[in-house]
Amino acid sequence: MITIIDYKSGNLKSISNGFKKIGAEYKISDDKEVIANSDYLVLPGVGAFGSAMENLKPFRDVIHEHVSEDKPFLGICLGQQVLMSSSEEADGVKGLDLFKGHVELLSGDVKIPHMGWNKLKICNNSPILEGIDGEFFYFVHSYHVVPDDESIIAGVCEYGGKIVASLSQNNLFSTQFHPEKSGIAGLKILKNFTNLEL
Amino acid sequence: MLTKRIIPCLDCDLQVPEGRVVKGVEFKEIKYAGNPVDLATKYYEEGADEIVVLDITASHERRATMADVIDMLTENVFMPICVGGGIRKVEDYIKMLRAGADKCSTNTAAIKNPELLTEASKVVGSQAVVIGIDAKRRYISNPDDAPDKVVVETDKGFCWFDSSIYGGREFTGIDAIQWAQKCQDLGAGEILLTSMDGDGTQNGYDIELNKAINDAVDIPVIASGGVGKPKDILDVFKKTDVSAALAASIFHFNQYSIGDVKKYLKDNNVAVRL
Repeated sequence: MITIIDYKSGNLKSISNGFKKIGAEYKISDDKEVIANSDYLVLPGVGAFGSAMENLKPFRDVIHEHVSEDKPFLGICLGQQVLMSSSEEADGVKGLDLFKGHVELLSGDVKIPHMGWNKLKICNNSPILEGIDGEFFYFVHSYHVVPDDESIIAGVCEYGGKIVASLSQNNLFSTQFHPEKSGIAGLKILKNFTNLEL
Repeated sequence: MLTKRIIPCLDCDLQVPEGRVVKGVEFKEIKYAGNPVDLATKYYEEGADEIVVLDITASHERRATMADVIDMLTENVFMPICVGGGIRKVEDYIKMLRAGADKCSTNTAAIKNPELLTEASKVVGSQAVVIGIDAKRRYISNPDDAPDKVVVETDKGFCWFDSSIYGGREFTGIDAIQWAQKCQDLGAGEILLTSMDGDGTQNGYDIELNKAINDAVDIPVIASGGVGKPKDILDVFKKTDVSAALAASIFHFNQYSIGDVKKYLKDNNVAVRL
């Protein structure tokens, strides 16, 4: 069973519609018991790092436990950023620290937010990006992740320089873009996630 | 790289169940293009990058509600959706986003209460706060005639841009360029910029207006009003740095498919998602 974590910081309707469309069973829950007993967890996210971490406090332990058991986990947009150690957006606020590294404001001669469809370049053989190559995905964000270990970068795109679009380590995955808003290619990523073996 | 977005716009009359999309026909009787859910699905399948759904219902006798329309539409449409019309309070943003929309556009409500942009951006994030600016040229013979306005030189002489509210029925005297900058400072994350001179004419986007506003702000600008053919979209992307082009009638009349327009843009070296 897939559980979408409801921590009051996400667009739950769109991501659940995505899973419904590909025929996957899912639940939306803010119940720690339900989350702890899920095989697949999805962490959506829209908004600011600081308030998201505040809202995530009750779920910190269950998320860590899930990931330490190597069960599939997918963070989307802000749900990717909160997986990092820290963010420029909220000084002194600790992230989930599941990926080592930090979150920085976009830079270069570009408009902020980075809003629209950008081409994903694949960097490693992440199972979540299987069958995806040269596709476009919908991005909307002002901050981007900078992991310490570059080998976990699964995909990048160009926006005032190279920015990280996706991270992948064991069964822990994340995307800066919104697969649930990225047409057929986005649904394919959700399908890849649900196809991961336990 | 980031591609230019092509955004069809659905003007919805919600006085019938499920709503109906009004075709922008000038000087003729009003025609309907079908219901918003079917049309949005069609545009999604044709490769639109986003969709704007506007509630143009003048009376309050709505039988369909916009939240219900968005709720139905997002079952099959997996691209960003912006909702406009009737967004007046922070709760309206929340309601639309819960139904599956990604952004809400306001115009009149923001002019009457600019703090709305700040309050909304704090709650739902700037990326969901779109400011609709409907601007009309006010020609002047000499730039000194409007010392408190931003005067732009156009092919038809000097002008400043007046912001209108209530769908173009009332003018505020607020300089659109200064207002755009203020909206950015207040927390808006994107500008949906409609030329009231161009709207419905099919003579092309107002290039000077789009260039002036785009150069004055750092947030993305969507050009709107006046498109009649794919060349108009090419022109606005070549002559200004706007992020997206919005169009209604050229798609509703089946004159051009979204795919046709994107292929034409790509052939002319505009980065688009195909």
